[in-house]
Amino acid sequence: MIETEEGLETEELILNMGPQHPSTHGVLRLVLKLSGEKVIECIPVMGYLHRGLEKIFEWRTYHQGIRYADQSDYVSNMLNEHAYAGAMEAIGGIDVPRRAEFIRVIVDEMSRCAAHLIWLGTYGLDVGATTPFLWCLRDREEILDMFEELCGSRMNFNYYRPGGVLYDLPQGWLSKLERFLDRFEQDIERDYMQILEGNEIFLERTIGVGRLPAEVALAYGVTGPMLRGSGVNWDLRSDRPYSIYPELKTMKAVVFPDGDAYARFKVRVGEMRLAIALIRECVANLPGGAVRARLGHVWKCPKGESYYTVEGAKGEVGIYMISDGRSPNPFRAKMRGPSFHNLHVVPWLLKGRLVADVVAILGSLDFVLGEVDR
Amino acid sequence: MTIEERPAETKGVPIDFEEDVIQRRPISGQVGIGSEDPATRRAFLANDDNVVFTTVANLVNWARSRSPWPLGYGLACCAIEMFASVAPQHDLSRFGAEVFRSSPRQADVMIVAGTVTHKMAPRLRRLYEQMPEPKWVIAMGNCASSGGEFWDSYATLQGVDTVVPVDVYVPGCPPRPEALTEGVVRLREKISRGG
Repeated sequence: MIETEEGLETEELILNMGPQHPSTHGVLRLVLKLSGEKVIECIPVMGYLHRGLEKIFEWRTYHQGIRYADQSDYVSNMLNEHAYAGAMEAIGGIDVPRRAEFIRVIVDEMSRCAAHLIWLGTYGLDVGATTPFLWCLRDREEILDMFEELCGSRMNFNYYRPGGVLYDLPQGWLSKLERFLDRFEQDIERDYMQILEGNEIFLERTIGVGRLPAEVALAYGVTGPMLRGSGVNWDLRSDRPYSIYPELKTMKAVVFPDGDAYARFKVRVGEMRLAIALIRECVANLPGGAVRARLGHVWKCPKGESYYTVEGAKGEVGIYMISDGRSPNPFRAKMRGPSFHNLHVVPWLLKGRLVADVVAILGSLDFVLGEVDR
Repeated sequence: MTIEERPAETKGVPIDFEEDVIQRRPISGQVGIGSEDPATRRAFLANDDNVVFTTVANLVNWARSRSPWPLGYGLACCAIEMFASVAPQHDLSRFGAEVFRSSPRQADVMIVAGTVTHKMAPRLRRLYEQMPEPKWVIAMGNCASSGGEFWDSYATLQGVDTVVPVDVYVPGCPPRPEALTEGVVRLREKISRGG
């Protein structure tokens, strides 16, 4: 028996949420201890999708590993590939051709848009709106169609290579991209913002819900849109610049100070707008030349280690790679999955909240279990 | 046309509902009312016979095959493609399988979309047992079919058919929404045959 604040006595109830639950965005299990409607403790149980990715990296060659890096955050695959390829390049000291860097930024930002669209759609489902899901997937399909034209696959692209990318842009791809961006920009303002921002139920369920102060976010190692939604201006694209981001004039981190679910929603929508601007700038300044550095037929990674970070859709995607200089496989490849670190804050966020808010808070974190469990 | 008037070679063959009933139903404009083509004329005239002979089993199987409701059981990457096949572009509701149920007790078919780990396998088996009969399983993707690219991982199940009986395998990593749609269509065929 536990006593509530109102002086009423209720029985402590343990509620298992997941691993098969539509709102846990995968196979997360939450053990919720409830007192009436209030959550008094939350214990996340992970590992239902642990596939041993980091061990598999050690068993595969450097090039094969790129394909497995795709699998960790399967919503924004390109960004993981960038981190993995970047780690190899940092060890090997490979110079990436300029055109490849521009193409990388274009596909990165498209991948980010695709990831945020999935989040927006499923978050709509979480808080009770079905239409945004259908609209978001409509736009995402177009992005995937373009990826398919680029590298032959809708997901799990295997597009990055150490020293560049696999293929050059196909003919007519850029004009298709520009047409898409024009339409997508309109869709954000006209469709998504109106149906969600103009919706009283959505506002009621997100504003002030799941408030995460900046100091707590920093203490838990939260990164990405969650951190920027708490008012901390920390974006690896401008604060620890990689690729050609420092040259892009439109790069400006999207920050909202409130720290609630609504602020995170605003940050992600803002990032989609930012991605459109970044892609446009890259397309306008796209140089010619090769898309892949010449490494010879058999490329051997020299001895060394590196930690390469990329601002992923969820936060800091980092690969810490050690090469022993002899074997064709990495000696160790540790992946820092931002979802894993963002998930740490769940017990803190859910403590003392209402059961009805659990799904709204969880959804706003935007984690992917493939990256949490790896 | 009644059963007796059917061509001799098809006598004694049980009625295939897809071909004999659905396909022969005239749709004005499509089949061509007043068409000079005798074949379409006959299809139009078939509207007159509203007597169908069949067995109860055939009828039940036909009815079951029309809307297999899947269990929304997304595990990994394939789950995203499973969403995409429900989305407007690849509208899975054309085949009656768009109602993803969150509870296994309301579902007919379990689409195992993604890698099944050793930790997940007992839960998967339990979910399968919670589904009411009749039930079917689609193994979506290479991981669920055979282990796929995690063939040597220490943590994953090498094919979901080691835990539950699988009816349809959909290969791909992840399978395109079109592939999943075909898997659902194949499952419909299997169900209407009494599988």
